[in-house]
Amino acid sequence: MIYIDLFLGFLKVGIFAFGGAYGAIPLIRDVVLSYGWITDDTLTYMIAVSESTPGPIMVNLATYIGSNQAGVFGALLATTAVVLPSFVIILLLTAILKNAMKNRYVKAVLMGLKPSIIGIILATGILMIFNRCINSNGINIKNALVTALLIAILYSSKYLLKKKLSPILLIVLSAFIGLLVF
Amino acid sequence: MNILTDLFITFAKIGSFTFGGGFAMISLIENSCVSEKKWISHDELMNVTVLAQSTPGPIAINCATYVGYKKAGLIGAIVATIGMVLPSFLIILLISNLLDNFLEISWVQKAFMGIKLAVGVLILDAGITMIAKMKNKKALTVSILLLSFVAMLATNFFSLGISSIVIMLLAALISLSASLGGNR
Repeated sequence: MIYIDLFLGFLKVGIFAFGGAYGAIPLIRDVVLSYGWITDDTLTYMIAVSESTPGPIMVNLATYIGSNQAGVFGALLATTAVVLPSFVIILLLTAILKNAMKNRYVKAVLMGLKPSIIGIILATGILMIFNRCINSNGINIKNALVTALLIAILYSSKYLLKKKLSPILLIVLSAFIGLLVF
Repeated sequence: MNILTDLFITFAKIGSFTFGGGFAMISLIENSCVSEKKWISHDELMNVTVLAQSTPGPIAINCATYVGYKKAGLIGAIVATIGMVLPSFLIILLISNLLDNFLEISWVQKAFMGIKLAVGVLILDAGITMIAKMKNKKALTVSILLLSFVAMLATNFFSLGISSIVIMLLAALISLSASLGGNR
């Protein structure tokens, strides 16, 4: 039955989707294609749509495929299934971690993980900016200028308004700049 | 405002603007849940980020669940998570039913070109904020940070195919063995 398939298929995606959105794509592809829910082409299109709409890619894909296969109820079911594992895991970990935080091995592991993720996030930001502004043809001047403008707006607001601009405002602003410039 | 309503509205707002994967969202959470509402501390956000990256599921969902649970128990966790998911759920439902050519709409393309650039800036800013707020500046911590940074850049530039999970696993191992060795 399609409802059970949707629920189990996306539960599997939710359980095994490690490593952020892009790490999860091969797994999603595997599940989705094996059930024959959508074609490879539609999946590629949907990944592009997910990138241009808010929300995690795997949640977006669950909603889309659920709706496509079994209407609003299907969408609801698939989305719930994809979110459920991480929801339960975080609840369990929060309960366990309260005491575990005092354990010196857990502390040592966290002491290694924290600086590591800072390095990873910093590198991801730089790579993202680099890839948008520099490509095989050289520097993409428009993208580089807009990026510089956004950085200037974000950091000058700290001094001019005594408070850093909210990230939401920066995103809204960037959309308007995009409309004007591109 | 009732805490449940507040959780729901705050995460629905964050959920409406989480573009470009989980890392960009850290800036949004830092801004609303740490600086404005003071629901969690910066250090807690670091813990959740680490947890989220080492467990399955999108960071956005993990953060919503954690903050909701902390402020209002199980109901809070449910309300915050639904708030986070609802905006993208509705948007995708709309697109899948009404718009076959969403990506071809020219103003969507243009606006999104701008947003893509902002996402990179927000992720960079999340990293910079984390460094600025780092309390532990021991040599080992700083070396792990630098090594992870270089490893991440290298794996991208030379297409080494090392995932961030592997880098984090190594970092945990180094830190664990250093702590064991230090106590011998």
